[in-house]
Amino acid sequence: MNKTLRQWFIFIVLVILVCAIYPFQPEKTVSILKISKNYLQEMLGILPAVLILLGLLDVWIPKKIVERTLGENSGILGTGIAFLIGTAAAGPLYVAFPIAASLLKKGARVFNIAIFLCSWAAIKIPMIMFETEFLGWQFTVLRLLLTIPSAILIGLIMEKIIGFKEA
Amino acid sequence: MFSFAISFIAIFLLIISAVSDRKKTMIALKIAGKTALNLMPFLLIIIIVIGFLLTFVPGHLIARVIGKNSGFAGVLVSALIGSILLIPHFVTAPLAASLLRQGAGIMAIAAFITTLVMVGTVTLPMEMKTMGRKFAIWRNLLSFGFALFIALIMGLVLK
Repeated sequence: MNKTLRQWFIFIVLVILVCAIYPFQPEKTVSILKISKNYLQEMLGILPAVLILLGLLDVWIPKKIVERTLGENSGILGTGIAFLIGTAAAGPLYVAFPIAASLLKKGARVFNIAIFLCSWAAIKIPMIMFETEFLGWQFTVLRLLLTIPSAILIGLIMEKIIGFKEA
Repeated sequence: MFSFAISFIAIFLLIISAVSDRKKTMIALKIAGKTALNLMPFLLIIIIVIGFLLTFVPGHLIARVIGKNSGFAGVLVSALIGSILLIPHFVTAPLAASLLRQGAGIMAIAAFITTLVMVGTVTLPMEMKTMGRKFAIWRNLLSFGFALFIALIMGLVLK
């Protein structure tokens, strides 16, 4: 709550700043507002749909079952699931750390957890949608095609360095 | 349009979800609403910042520092900025798009986005505390390295 309030405050300061420029350089204020309006429109066109999908994913993907399937003998299935939950879950990366830590404690492989964190960070579904809208599908698809093998390599390297399990 | 297709899919899935489980669907909508409220101020801030950026920072400056011809130095600069900044997923793409429009190179933008999401300098202390020092440092180092690699290839392929 505190953080949100602070952000609103920053927003209001920025708006005041935009207004304060007007007497000196009216064309700059007009330009800022015009650009902001365009971006706002583009965002509002896609945001409600993304948020609804996010909520649905969060509700329909059973996390408890998933927690049990990331262990040592989980094989490709476990890795696939690590990818999927990372991709589908909601929230910034620092929300994932406690989850990842508890998964490790419950016996998940370092490899799977590294992949879980990488996919949580870099291939989130809402992000992919926004990216396609703003940067085009070629950019998005190529980035995903490169990020997925990178995540697997990062996982493999980390398991080599740290060992199968982290204390 | 892409946003239209996504909206259509979202409404379709929402109806299926509502038909099969009212309660779960309500929770899903609540999560959506909560996320929207949390996100709103930051989205508005970024939108105004983009307005400022595109109005006051001349395109040729951005183009010179992280533009097509800035080479590896430009990629490194954007990767470092991306590693330091902490920005929600939702706003990375619009911000990157505005930089591209101002003349930034694809390679630099790919490095910026990838490090932005995968490397967290600000969250590193927290990651070390929860995941262990070794795990956190190696994950960030490797992510930074691979981000540069991803950017290089994207720059070469997309031009």
